[in-house]
Amino acid sequence: MGLILKAENIKGGYELGSAFLKAVDGCSLYVNEGEIMGLAGESGCGKSTFAKLVMGYAKPPLKFTDGRSIIDGVDVYGLPWKDRRARLWGRVVAMIPQASMNALNPTKKIKDLILDVFKEKYPHSPSKEEVMKKATNRFEEIGLDSRVLNMYPIELSGGMRQRVVIAISTLLNPSLLIADEPTSALDVSTQKLLLELLYTLVRRSIVKALLFISHDIATLRQICNKMCIMYAGKVVEIGCTEDVIRKPLHPYTQGLINSVISLDPSARNTVLTGIPGSPPNLLNPPPGCRFHPRCPHATPICREREPPLLEVKKGTYVACWLYVS
Amino acid sequence: MPSQSLIETKNLTKIFRTGFLGRGEEVVAVKDVSFTIGKGEIVSLIGESGSGKTTTARLILKLLKPTSGHIYYAGNDIWDIPDKEYWRNVQAVFQDPYASFNAFYKVDRTLKNVFKLFPNKISNEEKDKRIREVLEDIGLNPKEVLGKRPFELSGGQMQRLLLARCLLVDPQVIIADEPTSMIDASMRVIVLNTLRRLSRKEGKSIIFITHDISQAFYISDRILVMYRGKIVESGSVDQILFNPRHPYTKRLISDVPKLHEKFAFTETEN
Repeated sequence: MGLILKAENIKGGYELGSAFLKAVDGCSLYVNEGEIMGLAGESGCGKSTFAKLVMGYAKPPLKFTDGRSIIDGVDVYGLPWKDRRARLWGRVVAMIPQASMNALNPTKKIKDLILDVFKEKYPHSPSKEEVMKKATNRFEEIGLDSRVLNMYPIELSGGMRQRVVIAISTLLNPSLLIADEPTSALDVSTQKLLLELLYTLVRRSIVKALLFISHDIATLRQICNKMCIMYAGKVVEIGCTEDVIRKPLHPYTQGLINSVISLDPSARNTVLTGIPGSPPNLLNPPPGCRFHPRCPHATPICREREPPLLEVKKGTYVACWLYVS
Repeated sequence: MPSQSLIETKNLTKIFRTGFLGRGEEVVAVKDVSFTIGKGEIVSLIGESGSGKTTTARLILKLLKPTSGHIYYAGNDIWDIPDKEYWRNVQAVFQDPYASFNAFYKVDRTLKNVFKLFPNKISNEEKDKRIREVLEDIGLNPKEVLGKRPFELSGGQMQRLLLARCLLVDPQVIIADEPTSMIDASMRVIVLNTLRRLSRKEGKSIIFITHDISQAFYISDRILVMYRGKIVESGSVDQILFNPRHPYTKRLISDVPKLHEKFAFTETEN
């Protein structure tokens, strides 16, 4: 099983006048072929920024400052911006953006959008017939009627538009697909269909691996093999999904799991606690562990020194002084 | 009408007309909706986007006039009650707190504006005291939030400020329209616990609107399921969640992602 994503010590943030907001501060992540990796955490913890930095899409005010990202053997930051557009995005890595339902040009038919993608990615674009044949096949593979190709985005429902964006994103069979909160604007039934579709993309090897970003752990749990939890620009825990859900190690992960409402009859009489306090301001993060002001187990060392991300058992990594012997 | 009912809707219908001067198509947003809310009760309205939940809330808030049907507050038709008097008793917490606060004003100013609803003049000291009490009551530190503008505060803080604004009025009925959709799971339960406490300890009646069934399950006494403008099923939480009858309710519940259960997709494995 090959390594599809190797992101090491990625750092970057936003230039806000004279200040610099460190949205991602030394995050590393590895995704193997055939894996679906879930990236979870609260809003503003740096999930989407991390994904953009991993694929080399650092457009001002976002700035990449350090680290290395290799996707299916391609060194992302070894390519100049122009080459990333031509050779990387869409072909090696593709992203389904957060507001992907609004990502389609309303004045163009779906087939014209697809032709545009091919024109941009290939200097000698294949013939229109070839492109349409490929598009028809992909649409059928993911359960979309090929008549959709002749429609305008306004003629499609939210769920259909989301599927069209996925079809277009995967037309060139990218090695890594990044789905950034693809289900958040959809109702539960459409959400379920979309999860099945994403799962199928990996199972049928249409994409080699998937990085699925969401703040909803119950949604991630449905299709992810592994999970990575972020807090305030840092990776705090990585492990296989079952372990993260059943035996979360980091106090933040524990708080996050305990905040999920279970549809169990006994849950109605219990009072969930949530996590008291608010996430830190990343312009001025607290010293030591960034979670310590909200952590029920904080000790003096947590307030002074940042915990390293250590492997505590095979495949499980956690950044917490509680686990440093 | 049962003596304990605070709000009652009777055959409520709202039709919007599209096109120039309303000459286009008719869109039936709410159709023949009837239900009651008792004192201290939490009733959830659930359903997918576009099912008419928010329109129902806006009708109860007197922000829209129904096409037909009636809404009663404590036995009186709400359109016979003066606006200020009605809004002193029925208040709302909306989805987007940033849209409810003026971005240029410090949050204190927006909170103080609430006192305009009261007929008697209230001194500034009294207003400050009330604001501090309410903020502490819902777990916000007044020092951390007062004197700041909305963009300086987190989504969780803003959502609770919106709840604080509602509580300053001390209403009998709170309409909470997706109040947690913009905040994270860890903050969500804090807001839900606050609403639960307001109902259990202070006897507030709450209409909780959500598309998230697990939240409705956690907080409600009763659930009403809406689909295409109609109430298709209503009952106790246990009845709706564990013994749903309408096919739409059944589908809605089976499609909710659960933490300790995986969907059985056709291409199994993983």
